[in-house]
Amino acid sequence: MHAVILVKQVPDSSQIRVHPQTGTIMRQGVPAILNPYDVYALEEALQLKDKYGAFLTALSMGPLQAENALRKALSYGVDEAFLLSDRSFAGSDTLATSYALAAALRKIDSYRKIDIVFTGKQTIDGDTGQVGPGVARRLGFQLLSYVLEIKHIDFEKKTILVHRKSERGIQIVASKIPCLITVFERKRPIRYASLPNMIRAARAPVKIWNRVDAGIEELSKIGLKGSPTVVGKVFAPQNSRGPAERLEGRSPEEICSLLVEKIFEKFPEVEKKLS
Amino acid sequence: KKPVIDPKLADYRGVWVFVEQEEGVVHPVSWELLGRARILATSLGVEVAAVVFGANDETVDKITGQAISYGAEKVYQVVDPALCDYRSDPYTDCLVNLVKKYKPEILLLGATSLSRDLASSVATILETGLTADCTELTIDVENRSLEATRPTFGGSLLCTILTLNYRPQMATARPGVLPIPLPEPDRKGVIIREPMRIDEEKLITKVLGFIPDPCKVAERLSTAEIVVGGGRGIKQPGHFSLLRELADLLGGEVGGTRPVVQAGWLDTERQIGQTGKTIRPKVYIAVGISGAIQHRVGIEKAGMIVAINNDPNAPIFDYADLGIVGDFLEIIPALIRVLKKKRAA
Ligand SMILES: Cc1cc2nc3c(=O)[nH]c(=O)nc-3n(C[C@H](O)[C@H](O)[C@H](O)COP(=O)(O)OP(=O)(O)OC[C@H]3O[C@@H](n4cnc5c(N)ncnc54)[C@H](O)[C@@H]3O)c2cc1C
Ligand SMILES: Cc1cc2nc3c(=O)[nH]c(=O)nc-3n(C[C@H](O)[C@H](O)[C@H](O)COP(=O)(O)OP(=O)(O)OC[C@H]3O[C@@H](n4cnc5c(N)ncnc54)[C@H](O)[C@@H]3O)c2cc1C
Repeated sequence: MHAVILVKQVPDSSQIRVHPQTGTIMRQGVPAILNPYDVYALEEALQLKDKYGAFLTALSMGPLQAENALRKALSYGVDEAFLLSDRSFAGSDTLATSYALAAALRKIDSYRKIDIVFTGKQTIDGDTGQVGPGVARRLGFQLLSYVLEIKHIDFEKKTILVHRKSERGIQIVASKIPCLITVFERKRPIRYASLPNMIRAARAPVKIWNRVDAGIEELSKIGLKGSPTVVGKVFAPQNSRGPAERLEGRSPEEICSLLVEKIFEKFPEVEKKLS
Repeated sequence: KKPVIDPKLADYRGVWVFVEQEEGVVHPVSWELLGRARILATSLGVEVAAVVFGANDETVDKITGQAISYGAEKVYQVVDPALCDYRSDPYTDCLVNLVKKYKPEILLLGATSLSRDLASSVATILETGLTADCTELTIDVENRSLEATRPTFGGSLLCTILTLNYRPQMATARPGVLPIPLPEPDRKGVIIREPMRIDEEKLITKVLGFIPDPCKVAERLSTAEIVVGGGRGIKQPGHFSLLRELADLLGGEVGGTRPVVQAGWLDTERQIGQTGKTIRPKVYIAVGISGAIQHRVGIEKAGMIVAINNDPNAPIFDYADLGIVGDFLEIIPALIRVLKKKRAA
């Protein structure tokens, strides 16, 4: 049993500030973190290790610093980590990213057959949720997106039963391995990294692959060339309201009467609904 | 510099919307998209078409009628028992085949769990660009390109993404952002029933069952005319009962910020903002909410924003229409009393 978790290093967007005058992003000093949604994917994979002794591989594509995200994955108990890093990947959109990741996954699969690929629901920077489905299509794996829970796996019969989130409820789905699972966020957070795993993570080598190592020959499919989407202009959103008119009065009742009057004046239908 | 468009792209014509349904109920984002698609098609001088998939004639014909009333001039239907519940493989195959045959220049879907799965799959197979989670869609008439605008970095900036040299240009749009057009039941449309051969035996993934969300929170929140939002300033989960009482009086719903959802004070489905829902109520009342950009992007489309916060310098006051500086534990009970008095009168 072999599962691969795709992880991405992202800027901690809670710490990104926009310059008030120029409207540009101030990235300096913004720490890079393991994409929070990938942590749920890691936990899901770690449970397969607990239950079935699965071998876990983490794979990331990004600049050399992304090694930190992989080390984090190792500290939780992942067995092996690969970083796909090459200048020619720069500027990849989701189509080009899924192409490169799928190529690396095929290479990994040739050494050790992959049963399940896990991804996060989305990242907090690109935030598209498109990479997981793209990779599944390219590998020809069954795509199980927005999975809430893996209910059952039978490795003999290669069957898997999951609950997945849909807009109007929960779908109960039976499928087959190999599959790609995008993991919906959970209530329970990830386990703590154990001390032995943390020590191992600090020492364990992260294998770094360039384009050729990953077996990618077609340059037209990666980087800017392989990316159909083009970023046009970037601009600050307008603020069409505010500053707010402050309502004042001698008592909370007086202030609230004023508020209710203003609401009903603008939306008389709201008054009619008062129940 | 002006991009050169490949002449073979000129064969691609028309704006398509994939109409998303589950159990015969259409997700409102599909109608929001049809409204916008009509505007885009008009500036391009082309037709608007809807794509409707389903298990039986009854469902598909009913939805086709609705799609026409919301602005579709043409409807491509695929009816097959295999299309009963959403599954990635058969839905992807059908949509890819339709696109290959009829060549739309723009293909729009909702940024929902179902359509994000489908859109990414289709875009990968067709090897075209897909812009995610857009909040604005316009046309650059000069080179017939779709300008798909989406929030980035948590909503602090917007960026416009183009797919110049590939067709179709694909985008998913965030539900609740674009307005739903008024349906016109008298409209007529052309219906094209596309035969597809789907072999259930060959489909690996099977849907064994469906557990509907009993409270339909998402639906209620997105259609509510009044929403009362609570933030970390509420301090205790128990205080949400006050907000609920206020919302009930006004026939509205309760939502909140991410920290209160993460603290478990509120259902995940009720989170409003960048990583939650976008809502467009007539009135949004923000209680104990600071006004972070990630929250604001979800409430921008409200008719009126009222902020109640005890910090006179809270950023929310810069983005609201009306503001009350005060402790919500004094203001909200007073507001409830005033409304009850009005109701009695
Ligand atoms: C502000 C902004 C907006 C963008 N908008 C678009 C757009 O609309 N369309 C488009 O095609 N591209 C877009 N891109 C480019 C896109 O972010 C990159 O292609 C990126 O490499 C992957 O997309 P994502 O971050 O959206 O990942 P998602 O698709 O959201 O990621 C889903 C999961 O895939 C896995 N994953 C994603 N990236 C990697 C990686 N590099 N290594 C390992 N695993 C990974 C993770 O498990 C992750 O949880 C945008 C980028 C930015 C910064
Ligand atoms: C990737 C990412 C995605 C995010 N997505 C979302 C999202 O979808 N939705 C979202 O909401 N946030 C989101 N956030 C979080 C967001 O950045 C803010 O942290 C959050 O919105 C703040 O919540 P808050 O206003 O409840 O809390 P705070 O910022 O702590 O504000 C509490 C407010 O309550 C006021 N207050 C305190 N006591 C009282 C009282 N007695 N009476 C009245 N007022 C009082 C305070 O003055 C303060 O202004 C996201 C963040 C990241 C990094």
